[in-house]
Amino acid sequence: MAEIRVVHYLNQFFGQIGGEEKADITPFSKEGPVGPGTALEKELGENIKIVGTVICGDTYFNENIEQATSEVMDLIAAFKPDIVVAGPAFNAGRYGMACGGVCAAVQERLKIPAVTGMYEENPGADLYKKEVYIVKTGNSAAKMREALPALGKLAKKLARGEVVGSPAEEGYLARGIRKNVFHQQRGSARAVDMLLKKLKGEPFVTEYPMPVFDRVTPRPAIKDMKKARIALVTSGGIVPKGNPDRIESSSASKFGRYDLTGVNNLDKNTYETAHGGYDPVYANEDADRVLPVDVMRQLEKEGVIGELHSVYYATVGNGTSVANAKKYAHAIGEELKQANIDGIILTST
Amino acid sequence: MVKELEETVNVPVVHVCTVVPISLTVGANRIDPAVAIPHLLGNPQLNQDEEFALRRKIVEKALQALSTDVTEQTVF
Repeated sequence: MAEIRVVHYLNQFFGQIGGEEKADITPFSKEGPVGPGTALEKELGENIKIVGTVICGDTYFNENIEQATSEVMDLIAAFKPDIVVAGPAFNAGRYGMACGGVCAAVQERLKIPAVTGMYEENPGADLYKKEVYIVKTGNSAAKMREALPALGKLAKKLARGEVVGSPAEEGYLARGIRKNVFHQQRGSARAVDMLLKKLKGEPFVTEYPMPVFDRVTPRPAIKDMKKARIALVTSGGIVPKGNPDRIESSSASKFGRYDLTGVNNLDKNTYETAHGGYDPVYANEDADRVLPVDVMRQLEKEGVIGELHSVYYATVGNGTSVANAKKYAHAIGEELKQANIDGIILTST
Repeated sequence: MVKELEETVNVPVVHVCTVVPISLTVGANRIDPAVAIPHLLGNPQLNQDEEFALRRKIVEKALQALSTDVTEQTVF
């Protein structure tokens, strides 16, 4: 049997180039496996080789999606692969977006299969799970050892053109595809079985989960901006210098509320960012770049807005679970409701 | 966060962010695209006045978003 050629896509961190300070690097390729690629190749078994690795900085990819995608495609195509594996990205948002985007483009432009792995709450999962096989992983690289065998197993099947089983069997995120199969029992009997189980309070597995539409109704616009009180909220981790509440740089366990009375400008002596996962240099130099207090004060002075709310709220949106983000936003929201504000500007890095 | 704030406070919320596809996936109703992840509302390559003007433009767009009625997710 001819050797099956795999190209592996990695970000700057797993590609062993560097951390956040290298997140701007443009794509390039290396022969053979890099970083987790070595362990992944073992999972792929005989006759399946990682012939090359394409590495791109997460920030570069996300800020230049179209350009980066075509550059990555050219690098991948040069290896003449039979399949592409990306990541796994775990819960890294920008990396997940890149892995999903690369896999979707590989399928569409290079017409070969692609597979990636990430945590269910990664924004890349929601965006790409319908078009791309995304193997479910834990939420951090600590779960690499569990992630690689699952990713390798599905990649092997796709590379060999074998039949891929259901999401539950193979461990990938459901793609919303329905397949006709012959079942020993007809539908009515299965439905009654489920109903009986439900009545008895026993567990049962639905054959057609209803989609969850998690949307909120847009609230009406502010009619008179000149009288409006606007609040600033950020997930970009802007805190008074020294981070008094010790908000964590990743997976924040809290949010902070900070007084803006008399503050006209955030400067490097008084404010900084607590956020990990993006290069903090620019925000530490001038935190207005993430939380625009200086501009809001000017607009307030000119009468464009009525008032800037005297308190701002901040948390760190790096690796924060959706459940926690919701919890903090609810608590912040309750306070803002009491304060009778008219609108909110939420900045996210 | 953007949805929970809109739901809890019952006022319009505008999401200023760089990676618009994430914001769309999350379900923000009013989206104001910004400059770059580490400096959303700034650009260290500009001089101070130019950078301030750039930031003001993005904030003005955010206010415009808050003053505009929308019925579905809208990128301003």
